[in-house]
Amino acid sequence: MTQKLIIIGAGMAAGRALEHLFEQAPDAYDVTLFNAEPRGTYNRIMLSPVLSGDKSFEDIVTHTAEWYEDNSVTCRFGEKVVNIDRTAKTVTSDTGDMLSYDKLVIATGSNPFIIPLPGHDLEGVIAYRDLEDTNTMIALGDKPDAKAVVIGGGLLGLEAAAGLALRGVDVTVVHIMGHLMERQLDEAAGYLLRKALVDKGITVKCSANSKEILGENGKVKALLLDDGTELPCDLLVMAVGIRPSVALASDAGLATGRGIHVDDQMITSDEDILSLGECVEHNGDIFGLVAPIFDQAKVLAKTLLGEEAAFVNKDVATKLKVTGCDLFSAGDFAEGEGREDIVYRDPARGVYKRLVLENDRIIGAVMYGDTADGNWFFGLIKEREDISEMRDTLIFGPAYQGGDPVDPMAAVAALPADAEICGCNGVCKGQIVEAIGNGATTLEDVKATTKASGSCGTCTGLVEQVLAVTLGDDFVMPAAKSVCGCTDLTHEDVRRLIKSRELKSQPAVWQELGWSTPNGCHVCRPAINYYLLADWPLEYADDPQSRFVNERNHANIQKDGTYSVVPRMWGGITTPDELRAIANAADKYDVPTVKVTGGQRIDLLGVKKEDLPAIWFDLNQAGLVSGHAYSKGLRTVKTCVGTDHCRFGTQDSTGLGIKLEKHLWGSWTPHKLKLGVSGCPRNCAEATCKDIGVICVDSGYEISIAGAAGMEVKETELLCKVATEEEAMEVISAMTQIYRENAKYLDRIFKWVAKVGLDWVKEQIVDDLPNRKALAERFEISQSIYRTDPWAEHATQKAETYQPVANLTLEAAE
Amino acid sequence: MNWIDICDITDIPLRGARIVKSSMGCVAVFRTTEDEVFATSDRCPHKGGPLSEGIVHGKSVTCPLHNWVFDLETGAAQGADEGQIATFATQVVDGRVLLDATNIMTALAAE
Repeated sequence: MTQKLIIIGAGMAAGRALEHLFEQAPDAYDVTLFNAEPRGTYNRIMLSPVLSGDKSFEDIVTHTAEWYEDNSVTCRFGEKVVNIDRTAKTVTSDTGDMLSYDKLVIATGSNPFIIPLPGHDLEGVIAYRDLEDTNTMIALGDKPDAKAVVIGGGLLGLEAAAGLALRGVDVTVVHIMGHLMERQLDEAAGYLLRKALVDKGITVKCSANSKEILGENGKVKALLLDDGTELPCDLLVMAVGIRPSVALASDAGLATGRGIHVDDQMITSDEDILSLGECVEHNGDIFGLVAPIFDQAKVLAKTLLGEEAAFVNKDVATKLKVTGCDLFSAGDFAEGEGREDIVYRDPARGVYKRLVLENDRIIGAVMYGDTADGNWFFGLIKEREDISEMRDTLIFGPAYQGGDPVDPMAAVAALPADAEICGCNGVCKGQIVEAIGNGATTLEDVKATTKASGSCGTCTGLVEQVLAVTLGDDFVMPAAKSVCGCTDLTHEDVRRLIKSRELKSQPAVWQELGWSTPNGCHVCRPAINYYLLADWPLEYADDPQSRFVNERNHANIQKDGTYSVVPRMWGGITTPDELRAIANAADKYDVPTVKVTGGQRIDLLGVKKEDLPAIWFDLNQAGLVSGHAYSKGLRTVKTCVGTDHCRFGTQDSTGLGIKLEKHLWGSWTPHKLKLGVSGCPRNCAEATCKDIGVICVDSGYEISIAGAAGMEVKETELLCKVATEEEAMEVISAMTQIYRENAKYLDRIFKWVAKVGLDWVKEQIVDDLPNRKALAERFEISQSIYRTDPWAEHATQKAETYQPVANLTLEAAE
Repeated sequence: MNWIDICDITDIPLRGARIVKSSMGCVAVFRTTEDEVFATSDRCPHKGGPLSEGIVHGKSVTCPLHNWVFDLETGAAQGADEGQIATFATQVVDGRVLLDATNIMTALAAE
C-alpha cells in the first residue's frame, strides 16, 4: 500500500526534496503538502529582483499548480499545521482537520527576527521574508515622497534598501555594527560598499542603536535612535536576521537546539519524522544558504526511499551582488596572532582584495569590485594548499602563477570542477564541461542544456572561456553577439549582406548566409522578415507566419488567450459617433474592460479571437481603423490642443500630429515608434520623451529624437529646427526611414542612436538635403504598400481563418 | 481508429497552424514548410499558451507566451525546459487532413 507522506512547509527545501522524490519514485508516497503561505514553492532568493522590478512574481514561481497536480500532490496552502501527535502519528491544522501520516517532513524554515523594541507591533513595521512583505514595499514606491528605514545592514537589509531606493523611496539603513555586512566583509570592503550605496542615494548610519519605534494612530511614524536622532518613515523594515522555526517540533517533544536536531540522514529524534532546510541543526550548524539545503533535499529524498545517503556540510564561499556591487568572501578573515595579510587596492577602479594567510596557507579572502579570481582562491582555501612558492604574485590571481606568460584563459582553466560559473542558475564548471563532452560546442548549446548564462547573462564571458579552454582550437570565440543560435552573424552583418547581396527572400537568406536551421527560429525569423520588407518593400511580401502572434492577429494577446483591440484616434482626436461605435462594439462583444491608453485612445480588452474579424468590421463601419497598438511600427502621435483652443499655443500642433499620423501609419519599424507634438515649450504632449518629438515655437518646429520613457527614461536630443510644416514632415519621414533601413531589429531609436551617434544622423538628414529627400521618397514607396488598414483586409477576406478549422464537439454529438 | 476528415491541407497556412475544437479542449494542427502535418494539444504545459499561435520552424513550434519550444513529432519541450504536450496521429490523403478522433478524446481527457 502507498504510504502517506505529510510535508509541513512548501519553501525551496521542500520543493527541491519533492523533485528528487518524484524523479526516483513517483508513486512511492501519497503526498500532502501544507504551507502557511497561501501559495506553493517559489524562489525566495529572487524576491529582490521582484522588489526592484526586474522580475515579476510569476517569473520566480518554481512549482506551479499544474506541477503539483501532475505529481498528485494534495496541496493545503494557506493552512497552518498547529499540532503533531507522534503517538497517534497525526497532524492537526488550524482548520481543525486531522490527518495521519506514515512519514512526516518538517520544513518550516525560519522566522524573521523582530527586535522587541517599543513600537515593534505598529502598522508599517515589517520583516523582509515573503511575497506579502515585498508587495508592501513595492506599494510604498507608488506613494510620493515616501520614506523608509531599514534596520539591518546585512545582505537582506541592503537588498531591501536598494530595491526601495530603485522604487524612488527615500531610504535610510540603520546598522548596529561599525561597518556593513560585517559577517562577510572586512572594514575596508564594507567601506567601499557603503560608498557605493551612498552614491545611489541611500543614507547609511553605522554604529547606530535603535531605541524606539514611534507611531501615530497605530501607524509607524519614525525610528528613534539612542543618540536622540529621529528618522521619519512611512515603513520600517527589520532585516536583522532569521531564527529557525522550531516551535512546532519542540511542542511535539522532538529534540531541538537552535534548530531541530537531525542526523546525517536528516532524521529527527523520531525515526518517522524528518526535517530539512533553515529549521534544522546538524552537528551544531544551522543553514541559510541554498547550496547545502539542496544537498539536504537530495539526502532526505533518498532516506524516504530507504536508500543510503549522508549529508555532509561543505564549506560555502559567498559570492554576492548587492545592487550591482560585486563582493566575494570566503573563510575566516578576522585578524589574529600569526596571521598575515596581503592587500591590493586600486581606489580609482574601486577594487579591493585581501587574503588572510596563516602558516603559508590562505584561510580567508575578501574581494570587492573585481571578484573574478574568487573561486580560485576559494579552491586554495579548501584544499589547504601551501602557497609559499607563489606568494609574491598570489594576489594577482591564477593567471600570474608559475612564471608562464600571462594567459587570460589560465584563470578559467585553473578553476575546479565545482566552481560556480552561473550564479543565477547554480551551474558549476563541471556541468558545463560535461555538456561540452556531450556535444555542446557553442554558447547557445550550453545555455540550452544547462541554463548557464540564461538569466542575467553576466557570466556569458566566463561560459565562453570555459568553452574555449575545453574545446581548444575547435572553439571560435564569437566577436559579437549573433542574431540567435541559427547563425554566427550579427544583426548588423545580416542587414548589410541582405542589401549588398540583394537577398530578397527568406530562403535566399537561409541559403546564402549559411543558416544552420531549415527556416530559422522564433528569434531570427521575425527579424529577417522585417529586414527584407524594409529593404525590398516592392519585391518582398510580408510573411505573417514569421510574425509574433500580436502582429499576425493584429491585436494584443492577453495572458488568458483573449485579445485587446485598439482603434486609431488620429492625433488623439475623436467624435461622438466614433465613441458611440466603440461603446456599441464593447456591448455587443461583451468586452469586460475598456481602458483609456497612454497614447490618447481607447483599449477594448478581453475580446475572443473568434470575434476579432466581426468587431473590426463593426468598427470599420464607423470609420475606425487599426491603431497598430500591437506592432513594431508607428503607434501614436500624441498631441496637445495647440492654437485651436490653447491660449499659449504657437502652432497647430493637433493638425500637425494628425498629418504625421496619417502619413506614418501602417509602417513597420525595427521597434515601436511613438511620436508627440506639443504646441509650445510647456510640452503638454510630453514630446520630449518620445522616439521622435516636435515642440512648436513661434518661429517654427523643433524636432528632437531618441527619447525614452519605459524601463529607461531619457530626454530627446535636438535633431534640428525647421520653419515650416512641410519641412517638419520631410525631416520626420527621412528620420523614420533611416531608422527603418539601419537599426537592429528590436532597437528603439534611442538605443540605435546611441550606437551610430546623433552626429551621424544629423549629417545624413539635416546637412545632406538630397539624402533627406531620397530617404523621404523611399519611405513613400514603402508606404504605398503598407499605408492600409489590416483590419479591413482581415475582416473581409480572412475572417474564416480566425475560426477553428473543424469542430469535433459536433462530431461527437452526432 | 476513427479517422475524421478535418480540412484541406491548404486551409492551414504554410509554417502555421489552425485549431480543431473538441469537447476536451483544442487540438492544434500544424503544417510545416515540407507540407508535413502534425497535431498536438493546443495548450502549453507551462502557462497554457495557445501553441497554434506560435512561430513554426523546422519541425518545432515556439509558444507565443514565454518562448518554450516543442518538437512537433514527439511533443517534448526542447532545450532546458521540461514538459510534454500530447501528440496525435494525422494522415494526409489526397490533400485532405485526417485526425483520429478516439485517440484525441482519450489523450485530452487524460491531460
